[in-house]
Amino acid sequence: MIVAKRKPFDEIMEMLEEYKKVLVVGCGTCVAVCLVGGEKEANILATELEMARKLADNPIEVDSVTLERQCDREYLAELDDKQTDYDALISMACGVGIQFLAERFPDKPVFPAVDTAGLAVNQAVGWYEERCRSCQQCVLAWTGGICPVTMCAKGLYNGPCGGTNLGNCEIDPDQPCAWYLIHERLAKQGRLHHIKQIYEAVGWRDTMPRTLIQPGYKKPEKEEAK
Amino acid sequence: MRLDYPANIKIILVPCSGKVDVMHLLRAIQKGADGVYVVGCLEGTCHYNEGNYRARERVNHVRQLLEEIGIEGDRVRMYNLSSGEGPTFAQYATEMTEHIRDLGPNPLKNKGKS
Repeated sequence: MIVAKRKPFDEIMEMLEEYKKVLVVGCGTCVAVCLVGGEKEANILATELEMARKLADNPIEVDSVTLERQCDREYLAELDDKQTDYDALISMACGVGIQFLAERFPDKPVFPAVDTAGLAVNQAVGWYEERCRSCQQCVLAWTGGICPVTMCAKGLYNGPCGGTNLGNCEIDPDQPCAWYLIHERLAKQGRLHHIKQIYEAVGWRDTMPRTLIQPGYKKPEKEEAK
Repeated sequence: MRLDYPANIKIILVPCSGKVDVMHLLRAIQKGADGVYVVGCLEGTCHYNEGNYRARERVNHVRQLLEEIGIEGDRVRMYNLSSGEGPTFAQYATEMTEHIRDLGPNPLKNKGKS
């Protein structure tokens, strides 16, 4: 899932300094699961803001609402009427949701309340570890299900590098070497020959905005007028 | 035992200290309480294994949130005792009351209507 962390409170206060009535918009999907931007966290932020601004003799009116998702138009539409009552919106969704909210209401200042931190697994309640960098060139089939782009400090598609050190990475003795882990797992599964395959370096096509259309979902092209 | 404890303490019963949420503590301060404390079972004795540990984490979280807002985090505290320790309960109530008296009233109180 997409994980995020709350922005420092002072930063949020600074963003909202000149606004008198704001709506905190939570998101009920990924950020709710990773305990940063769901209904509960939206209420907490609204309460914090209300108290802090009152103390600063600059009172603010804060309401909160949590949409099912902020990355789908149908849920954003729920705010079409409501948002007109507010000077600004503060979104607790991931970067995707924040932008989609801002795109939906281009005349309204929209601010982020979280820093999006990546795609992660849930190791324990409130504890998340990144596993995927969404590089669009998945090699997990040949790396024993361990992602070298995410888990290797250099993001190497072919490894290990010379910095591998008794199972750990040269950057940090507590950081396991991804390619050592890959070697161990492939050896255990009797398919070590896969590590010898050479893969082209990551294309980093994600340096520009990508569009993904699933098979069967492309809109039919309009017929040209005859 | 007919023990005395300060009359300003308002007790809110919960089935387990693990039920206490960040929002409950924050809302109490927002509504003007001068202090809030959670009294949980002794650590290691939770019937639900980790209810009181979770409560402690939440109390610590609220303390941080309050400091960020500009309110003394020490207005919120966590205490632990067993259900057989009536005198300790009274002692903690007195201790908390004296501590809050030292801190003074909730700074939000003088800031007009909430």
